[in-house]
Amino acid sequence: MYLNQFLLLAAFLFCVGVYGVLARKNAVLVLMSIELILNAVNINLVAFGLFRESVAGQVFALFVIAVAAAEVGVGLAVVILIYRNRHSIDLTEVDMMKG
Amino acid sequence: MLENAWVIPALPVLSFVLILFFGKRLPKHGHEIGVAAVALAFVLACVCAVQWVQRPANLEVKPGSEEHAAAPGSPAQANAVAALEEKAPPGSEGGHEGEGKGEKEGEAGEHEAEPIRKPVVKEVTWFDNGQTRVKAGTHVDGLAVTMMFVVTLISLLVHVFSTSYMHGDRRYTHYFAALSLFTAGMLVMVTANNTLQLLVGWELMGLCSFMLIGHWWEERNNSNAALKAFFTTRTGDVGLLIGIAILFFAAGQTFDIADINAAALGGEVSHGLVLAGAAALLCGVIGKSAQFPLHTWLPDAMAGPTPVSALIHAATMVVAGVYLVARLYGVFWSGFDIGGGGINPVALVGGITVLIAAALAFVQTDIKKVLAYSTVSQLGYMVMALGVGAWTAGVFHLVTHAFFKGLLFLGAGSVSHAVHSFDMKKDMGGLREHMPITFKTFVIGSLALAGVPPLAGFWSKDEILLGASSNGYPVFLVIGLLGAALTAAYMTRCVYLTFFGEYRGHGQPHESPPAITVPLVVLAALSVVAGFVNVPGGEWFAKWTENETVLSAGVAHHSFSPFVALFGSALGLLGIAAGYAYYWRNLGPHRLTQRSGAAGTGYRILENKYGLDRLYTDWVVGGIKGPIARGAYWFNQRVIDGVVNGVGIIARGLARFVYDTVDQKVVDGVVNGAGIGAEDGGRVLRLMQTGRVQQYALFLFGAVVVLGGTLVLFTTG
Amino acid sequence: MVAQNVVFGVLAAAMGLAAIRVVTTKNVVHAALYLVVVLAGVAALYILLAAEFIAVVQVIIYIGAIVLLILFGTMLTRAPIGRASDLDNDQRWLAVVVSLLLLGVLGAVLADAYGSTKLPKGAQVQRTGDVGLSIFQTYVIPFEVVSVLLLAALVGAVVIARRD
Repeated sequence: MYLNQFLLLAAFLFCVGVYGVLARKNAVLVLMSIELILNAVNINLVAFGLFRESVAGQVFALFVIAVAAAEVGVGLAVVILIYRNRHSIDLTEVDMMKG
Repeated sequence: MLENAWVIPALPVLSFVLILFFGKRLPKHGHEIGVAAVALAFVLACVCAVQWVQRPANLEVKPGSEEHAAAPGSPAQANAVAALEEKAPPGSEGGHEGEGKGEKEGEAGEHEAEPIRKPVVKEVTWFDNGQTRVKAGTHVDGLAVTMMFVVTLISLLVHVFSTSYMHGDRRYTHYFAALSLFTAGMLVMVTANNTLQLLVGWELMGLCSFMLIGHWWEERNNSNAALKAFFTTRTGDVGLLIGIAILFFAAGQTFDIADINAAALGGEVSHGLVLAGAAALLCGVIGKSAQFPLHTWLPDAMAGPTPVSALIHAATMVVAGVYLVARLYGVFWSGFDIGGGGINPVALVGGITVLIAAALAFVQTDIKKVLAYSTVSQLGYMVMALGVGAWTAGVFHLVTHAFFKGLLFLGAGSVSHAVHSFDMKKDMGGLREHMPITFKTFVIGSLALAGVPPLAGFWSKDEILLGASSNGYPVFLVIGLLGAALTAAYMTRCVYLTFFGEYRGHGQPHESPPAITVPLVVLAALSVVAGFVNVPGGEWFAKWTENETVLSAGVAHHSFSPFVALFGSALGLLGIAAGYAYYWRNLGPHRLTQRSGAAGTGYRILENKYGLDRLYTDWVVGGIKGPIARGAYWFNQRVIDGVVNGVGIIARGLARFVYDTVDQKVVDGVVNGAGIGAEDGGRVLRLMQTGRVQQYALFLFGAVVVLGGTLVLFTTG
Repeated sequence: MVAQNVVFGVLAAAMGLAAIRVVTTKNVVHAALYLVVVLAGVAALYILLAAEFIAVVQVIIYIGAIVLLILFGTMLTRAPIGRASDLDNDQRWLAVVVSLLLLGVLGAVLADAYGSTKLPKGAQVQRTGDVGLSIFQTYVIPFEVVSVLLLAALVGAVVIARRD
């Protein structure tokens, strides 16, 4: 097996995730796209771990999973709060930061 | 005791915890714990000091010659480098502690170097991570012992003072808890043997200053002042963090301060790296020690209770920055080439601070603000001293300043205790009959600050001036002399307004109770005698405190120069005489500010603190407080313009104040022009800021694509 | 070797299609289900890469917990469960361009760097035990930091989302 086949697949997933983050209006869908990105990173970590015959790749993939869990937890809390306040989770309407 | 110095910071920490949990239930609401713990810490610090003095001096360090930096290839320097490399290979465990190493270089003694006392290091492994082993421990040398003594002494006196001053306060218990933690933070910092531990103490003080300055947070001004102190010092702390990271890698993955100093002086680290580290650390110093241009938080910090001001200004927080420079002197020495003379950033920052803060002290009506600006100015002296290579003088001034500035602040507290106000012009005057003890001690403190021989301030200031004149820093000698005259004059004004003339306040002021006057008397006595610790001929202070880093850097020692001493004290006396003539005899150009437009403008510029506060609150904070994204752009625009502007305003303001030449319209034109420019720039950039996060993300990834694509094209094509 | 490559090809095709459906489908619940397909595919890839422990963790945490959370989020925010017409914003075509360019850049870099690098045959496989030892010896500090992070996230999520 080539190393690149994993890396390219991961790159593809990453780019699909980026598209989702950029183009989706629904906040929950954006969170899902972020999961795609994180998974792409994890594939890279594990593939390089095997390539370098090092355990560090797997360990850091585990850390990324833990951080992803935290991210989804806090992210959904924020989304629910936004929904409660504005009765919509349409990200194009959340533009209070406009100057 | 020297081996177990960790007990000293541990005591106030313990007291903090105990007061927090049990303080309210105790008969005295917790102050007994605080006072007892700090008193015990003080006793232990005294024990440390005695043991340190009695410790046999058997470590010989070969100093670099005076031409050290001027002639990089000189054999003396090569020798010193070789000696250093031999002594402290970076990364070796406790490499600076070995027993027999001192004797090895003993024979190369053409510069009859006096042996110094070997520092006592005790460390344990804090944690292992991968290949990096981080240690925690204490590094007790003369500097640390001196600082421990000063900090615990001032803190003890402040604690005692506070039992009376803060009596019946709403948050009496919490106040003492925070006071204990504050002391603990400073003690952790001065005993630290690695930069991480130092950072812990440093940040602990930042937190406590926030709690204590905002002690009466119900008033909006106080909580704003606390926030300002916290944020301003944090701005500098970013630099400190970066500096620690740079030095960690520069010195070969170690946080150990002795190793970092040795590596910086040893020359095996590239100069650029050391310079970057020193510059980053200097940012931290500027923030914490209230140096120009981040000094604005300190006068506002007067919103806290007065004993807190005494503690912050005399013994802890603000001298932390000076201590940092003194502790990591090897980095600053070789990073900024301090041995070379001329002008370097450390001395420059200190010198500017000396003058602008002293000028500002003249227009204050609040007695605490006068003292606050005086502190800023004196800190400038210390930083300048370290910057011109007068290490011992800087540290010595730190100590003597702690005594007399602590005295002055507590004296101001005693006065305000009596008249319930800080306003010198409205509510004070003529207090010398009502408060004889406070008056006498305050005058002693003022004279010491003004540098009148033979009080403490004279000796330390004289050494700074001597260092500046002998190390090839003539500019800073002039600044120092000028500062001395200004200091004497504004303190004379302060004493006059407070204690002489007619009483202008309400009610009948009365002398404060013993809990307040006893600390005053103790500090007054110290302000008188402390200077003799380093009197020419004895120079015990230098022998006790100077450490390996300082000596191997080759800090020059100069013999007492009667000329400099005479000149320095003459200028001080001149300042006092000018103040005396102006206020008592009513001589000189009174009402000048009303009569002359130029002088009035100068006065207004000083009253507005050179516009720096406006710059920070209206422009910088205003830029950030709004949308962060837009702020990012505006920040750039406004800070850059603002700094240019600010420098313009300061330079012009000072020049006009003195010379009365520059036209008002130039300033206004520049200010307005720059303001308009910034606004127009902001308006254009604003179009990009839609507030939609996903659009920002699109820009982000678009930029990644462009940059990555460029990289690909250039590297693979 | 051939079998592995065939498995990889099937997995890659399924994951790619499912991933595209995640970001294009008009139905939020369907998107979550497609996400499950992708995540399961990733878990299978981990098996292929001889990372058994990560594969199991992937199934338990991602598919078990995170997707469940996302479905709950969908429910609680009363997102349109059925087909919804406008789930995309007005910059989707720009997003397509940026993503494709990003893929191009990444692909070029990877092809340049690891063009024909093969994974080592009979490489030393890191077993679950090795991972555990490594976490609790070399990487114990990051591990503790992550545990603090999770605690902070727990408290933060409760604080943010509770009604007060």
